[in-house]
Amino acid sequence: MEASTLQTFFQQLINGLSLGSIYALLALGYTMVYGIIKLINFAHGDIYMLGAFWGYYVINFWHFNFLFALLSAMLVGAVAGVIIEYFAYRPLRHAPRITALITAIGVSFLLENGMSYLYGSTPRDFPQIIEPVNYHVFGVLISNIQILILVTACLLMVILQVIIKKTKMGKAMRAVSVDPDAAELVGINLNRTISFTFALGSSMAGAAGVLIGLYYNSIDPLMGMTPGIKAFVAAVVGGIGSVPGASIGGFLIGLLETLVQSVGLSAYKDAAVYFVLIVILLVLPAGIFGKNIKEKV
Amino acid sequence: MSTILKVDDLVKNFGGLTAVSDVSMTLNDDELVALIGPNGAGKTTLFNLLTGVITPSSGAISFRGPKGTVTLNGKKAYQIANLGLARTFQNIRLFKDLTVLDNVLVAMTSQYKEGLLSTLFRLPSYYKKEAKIAKEATELLAIFDLQESVDVLAKNLPYGIQRRLEIVRALAMKPQILFLDEPAAGMNPEETADLTRLIKKVQREFHITVVLIEHDMSLVMNLAERIYVLDHGAMLAQGTPTEIKQNPAVIKAYLGEEVS
Amino acid sequence: MTILKANFKYNVSWLIIMVAGFYLMNTLMLMGIIDSFIENMLVVIGINIILATGLNLVIGFAGQFSLGHAGFMAIGAYATAIITTNSATAGGFYTSIVVGVIIAIIAAIIVGVPTLRLRGDYLAIATMGAAEIIRIIINNLQITNGPSGMFNIPQFATWPVVYIMVCVTTILIANFVRSRAGRAIKSVREDEIAAESAGINTTNWKLAAFVFGAATAAIAGSLDASYLQTIAPTNFGIMESISILIIVVLGGVGSLTGSVVAAVVLGILDTALQNFGTLRMVIYAAALILIMIFKPTGLLGSHELSFKHLFSGTKRKGRVRS
Repeated sequence: MEASTLQTFFQQLINGLSLGSIYALLALGYTMVYGIIKLINFAHGDIYMLGAFWGYYVINFWHFNFLFALLSAMLVGAVAGVIIEYFAYRPLRHAPRITALITAIGVSFLLENGMSYLYGSTPRDFPQIIEPVNYHVFGVLISNIQILILVTACLLMVILQVIIKKTKMGKAMRAVSVDPDAAELVGINLNRTISFTFALGSSMAGAAGVLIGLYYNSIDPLMGMTPGIKAFVAAVVGGIGSVPGASIGGFLIGLLETLVQSVGLSAYKDAAVYFVLIVILLVLPAGIFGKNIKEKV
Repeated sequence: MSTILKVDDLVKNFGGLTAVSDVSMTLNDDELVALIGPNGAGKTTLFNLLTGVITPSSGAISFRGPKGTVTLNGKKAYQIANLGLARTFQNIRLFKDLTVLDNVLVAMTSQYKEGLLSTLFRLPSYYKKEAKIAKEATELLAIFDLQESVDVLAKNLPYGIQRRLEIVRALAMKPQILFLDEPAAGMNPEETADLTRLIKKVQREFHITVVLIEHDMSLVMNLAERIYVLDHGAMLAQGTPTEIKQNPAVIKAYLGEEVS
Repeated sequence: MTILKANFKYNVSWLIIMVAGFYLMNTLMLMGIIDSFIENMLVVIGINIILATGLNLVIGFAGQFSLGHAGFMAIGAYATAIITTNSATAGGFYTSIVVGVIIAIIAAIIVGVPTLRLRGDYLAIATMGAAEIIRIIINNLQITNGPSGMFNIPQFATWPVVYIMVCVTTILIANFVRSRAGRAIKSVREDEIAAESAGINTTNWKLAAFVFGAATAAIAGSLDASYLQTIAPTNFGIMESISILIIVVLGGVGSLTGSVVAAVVLGILDTALQNFGTLRMVIYAAALILIMIFKPTGLLGSHELSFKHLFSGTKRKGRVRS
């Protein structure tokens, strides 16, 4: 009895962490973009969709292996992110923030419906490039794909953290997120830094797209909508603007979802996520790792 | 002269930093008091504590209002404002996208009621109330030569006029104490002279207590009946302008800063 | 008395326009120029006007970024669906509107009291979450028939009913905005700290605007359910809240006239693009992006159509006396 409860717990933990790592990868893009230009990039979930579709095509038609599919999807995500920023967001950098938000929603609609128009809206089977193998560890079922997702996601997050903390560009990103005007005064190229941020965040989304394709086997043009919103919630829970916060928030939301599902309340799993979001914001108005900046009087 | 506001051992800590420590002061009816001190001495923090923008860590503030003496600790900013403590801000905080008239009318919100039905269905009583209150506000604006600008958006006013409007907005609350936070900041000598006349006029016509934070010593010495000096969050000295000028502790605190 | 007379003139002007608009539409319908297809478009535009002006009250005037409007709309829609299914009378329909409004007000208070202390995007995401919780609850209840929604709802919300409701809610919101209450909520939008120091109970006024907006959303929901006769929880998701937000921003945040204009423009655009199939949404999205880039403050900015200004020769606000 005791052992089986423990098994169930670990099983859910593994499932939750796998899902959570996808949310975390997506949340990183939201948090970085929000941190630097204070924009909820609604189109971010759709870059993840683009990454999944890219993976689908290169694996099916160019017979890429997993690693090349992943890396090329990251590249495609990065390019898409930079193009979107250049054409849709850059002209609005000094416009009211709500205008930029609506533009982001417009870009999201454009990508979703453009892909539906070009490739149809029926779900496609993602090619199983990696033969699924299930391992039984102390009665807990773990698939090699889950391990792959977790390891890849964690590796990417570590790389990202290193880029932000150790490189010159990372320093510039942090400077711009604190004060863009001051950053520009000390010689930081604002446009290049913002482009770089979009590239970095969007490449994570591209990677997440390929990983989720492998995990769920199914992709469609609207696949980015719900995970996109969940990942944004994760970023807010973790403290928007904070990179570790986004990772923690992602895992937290993933675990919470699987937990609610495992106790037989799957119909309420989204409600639980939003409820926790509201509670966390009421206790910590800037999220777990966010800094609550009080207005100076 | 009787006490209108009494502050006892007021303390405010921000984390490990003590911004205001053990400050005690009293304000009397109908007097003009200046609060001076070097930058970062805690003057604005003290104003924020007295007007409820931030809550004190400890200490007591009691105010003799129209309905007897009340303690202001734990009261919200709007409650304190409605009791009769109005203020202006160091960095002008007007309602920028509202007209001059609306800026004043907002401050009069608690002085009249329009009624939900009367508002939503535009009953005659609504128009009468609107006309009456607008007339009152315009008359007040006229005292300060702003009657021509009633329909101008506050953000379109010149800087000096914005400061003046902020004072009018505070007066529209019919306060018993008016707190002015650096009213002459950013003003040229001509505007400062105008302001000095204005503050004198306010005192003379409205019979209220005025407390002002100011760095312009000529203005302070010219206007204030009493002066409180704050340094490093603590009350360093108090007295008449002449006494303060000769106080060695004050001179020391100001040395290398602004010698008057 | 002269004040009353002057205002009487403006109010009568508005009344004439509204009555004339109604008769124009009615005549065109009788003549067959407006067919049922266009009538459907007009009703959808009308419902969107109610939703957008209500949300503009919250976002544009009180400055509170709410993304949960569809949740309150759902409450109205389900109140009407449930009540009129059980009592298919005009009385039942109007009772259902009142019930929907009351429940929406209660829900808005429950949601608003804790969340309205959040700011900006945090408030947006919290209200979005709250609206989703409302939707998920409806999705799982017996009385609402769960995810499959409700069908064969009796139709009481005919075109004239919707037209009158649009006029009534717009007048109420416009009157609210231009009053003591309106000035108070606008002061909250402009500067919360200054408003508090001017004696404004910002918490209560924010809640007042939020609750008022929610009540009008419930009315729109009631009309929507009764006109379309079919509703499902998926109709009231995040995308619905976003499409209302789009109308508000496109028209101009803080301009009720703008909300009306944007609802009409988008309604016509939507109908005109009916024949384009999937391409419709692509064109719509591209149009949205382009309008935002070239007209960042929306079609009307914060300008309003006002007879007062028309009659007095459009007095420009800009004269400065120093």
